[in-house]
Amino acid sequence: MLGPFLETLIGGLLTGVLYSLVALGFVLIFKASGVFNFAQGAMVLFAALTVARLTDEIDGKALGLEHFVIAAAILGAALALIAWYAWREYVARGSGPDQRRKLALLAAGGALIGGVVAFAYGKGAWPLWLALAATASIMGLLAYAIERLVLRHLVNQEGIILFMATLGIANFLDGFGQTLWGSDIYTINLGLPKNPIFLFEEVFPGGLLVDPAELFAAGIAAVLVIVLAVFFQKTRVGRALRAVADDHAAAQSVGIPLNTIWLIVWTVAGLVALAAGVIWGAKLGVQFSISLIALKALPVLILGGFTSVPGAIIGGLIIGAGEKLSEIFLAPILVQAFDLAGGGIENWFAYMLALVFLLFRPQGLFGERIIERV
Amino acid sequence: MVGRLRSFPDVLLSVENISLSFGGVNALTDISFDIAKGEVRAIIGPNGAGKSSMLNCINGFYHPQHGAITYKGVRRDQMKPHEAAEQGIARTFQNIALFRGMSTLDNIMTGRNLRMKTGLLWQALHIGPARREEIEHRKAVERIIEFLEIQHIRKAPVGTLPYGLQKRVELGRALAAGPELLLLDEPMAGMNIEEKQDMCRFILDVNDEFGTTICLIEHDMSVVMDISDRVVVLDYGRKIGDGTPDEIKKNEAVIAAYLGVGH
Repeated sequence: MLGPFLETLIGGLLTGVLYSLVALGFVLIFKASGVFNFAQGAMVLFAALTVARLTDEIDGKALGLEHFVIAAAILGAALALIAWYAWREYVARGSGPDQRRKLALLAAGGALIGGVVAFAYGKGAWPLWLALAATASIMGLLAYAIERLVLRHLVNQEGIILFMATLGIANFLDGFGQTLWGSDIYTINLGLPKNPIFLFEEVFPGGLLVDPAELFAAGIAAVLVIVLAVFFQKTRVGRALRAVADDHAAAQSVGIPLNTIWLIVWTVAGLVALAAGVIWGAKLGVQFSISLIALKALPVLILGGFTSVPGAIIGGLIIGAGEKLSEIFLAPILVQAFDLAGGGIENWFAYMLALVFLLFRPQGLFGERIIERV
Repeated sequence: MVGRLRSFPDVLLSVENISLSFGGVNALTDISFDIAKGEVRAIIGPNGAGKSSMLNCINGFYHPQHGAITYKGVRRDQMKPHEAAEQGIARTFQNIALFRGMSTLDNIMTGRNLRMKTGLLWQALHIGPARREEIEHRKAVERIIEFLEIQHIRKAPVGTLPYGLQKRVELGRALAAGPELLLLDEPMAGMNIEEKQDMCRFILDVNDEFGTTICLIEHDMSVVMDISDRVVVLDYGRKIGDGTPDEIKKNEAVIAAYLGVGH
């Protein structure tokens, strides 16, 4: 009995890591701007689709040259944008004509590099590293567009209005991703070993079956969490971010530009979406339903707390393990006791758990205590 | 002693014919006054007179529909709050706006935010120039903490502090930026006499020692008359008086606004 239990537990925990990755994107944006970003799932899908299509080689349907020209332009523009921010960080503030000339040079240089790289690989599918770099740039550009076109115009609006805006972004991204890259089911090949690993074969008969792709995902998630923790706690930008989360007006009054902070947060959330998208895509194939895993992140957030990075991780693990264990061990009991058809517990277990938490601990395990002053 | 008889030749900031409305409500109507370099300027008026709106226009939270603000000789119609901060305008808020989750030290450190220049990577690794810079800023912050006599709450999360101390931390954060113009929105609201005296002392010290220009909103008339060089009086979004404390005390429109007019 212990063997199957442990195997289910490990499988569940590793799936949970993927929920955590999606939830992490939500937490980042919620922390810094108080917005529940419904588009996080769509961002995951969009990132996964982009990577899949750029690395695609199935059925000789590799992308045509014109796509690569577009992609090259995007990559170049993104490189230029990154160079611009690096430059601003390096030089003192303010923008004289001299700096603008340098900036234009950097932009041209970035576009040139992007173009050359893209053309070098223009004939076929891109290698994974290049596709990842291009997609990361695209997620950055997307963040810039969202800040510039949507968020900037909604400063000081009610939370529900911002939420509706992200709902719009979600629908746009779902559709636009398919317009750009098509709606077939793609695969992402990370080059991971396909064969499951068996652990502790001497202890349990047959050993414990573990999927290496899931182990890899867990590793990525761990690295992301550490990097984000350092970023939030140790850097000036991290301090500014926490300040914005605490109080918009006060943050602005000490000279923290809200727009830049939002741009950074959405970019980081975009990169987290990229990680989640690639791993989900490698596991299940890239298809529209990835967008819906955003809904699985909801109970994770309620469990872990909307404002806590560790909460997102642990919440994801609990939900992942809980639903797998309930499916295997709770279902037979229910079937026997009530003469039910059984099955499908995986689909509702997470939400039931979230409901229980809402009743008894609405701030979640690690969230900030909710104190209402009347 | 009533008022402090000093003279200030240079204008730091001037407000010209500012009008601000929210929908159909006029918060400010055609207001003009100036703030001289080095003075303590008070804005007073009954509740809802538009005092806080005035401060919000000066530091860029609100953008008035009409009129312009000239700061350090540069005339502008609009400015963003972080730009105001970059140009040396710091402020505190009527309902304390601190970063509640952070310690006193971290709150005041955010005031140094604009003065930090090293790159992200250095900071993340916490070595080299970032380390030197952090130490340098810590020193500046420690001087402010000492000046405001809040050494004992250095590490305390500000959300847990009593009101009077929170006000002091907020002043510390504004001072950390090394501002030229300091806007204080009711710095003494809700304090007892002793705390008010402390706060008055800090404000006057800042003004004397660093030459910081101060513009404050305050309801306690004895305080206002004691520490300010000039006073502007607002009522229902209009300016009804402007002058030294002595002049304001004799101004009939001001007396009527505060005490009501006999019928």
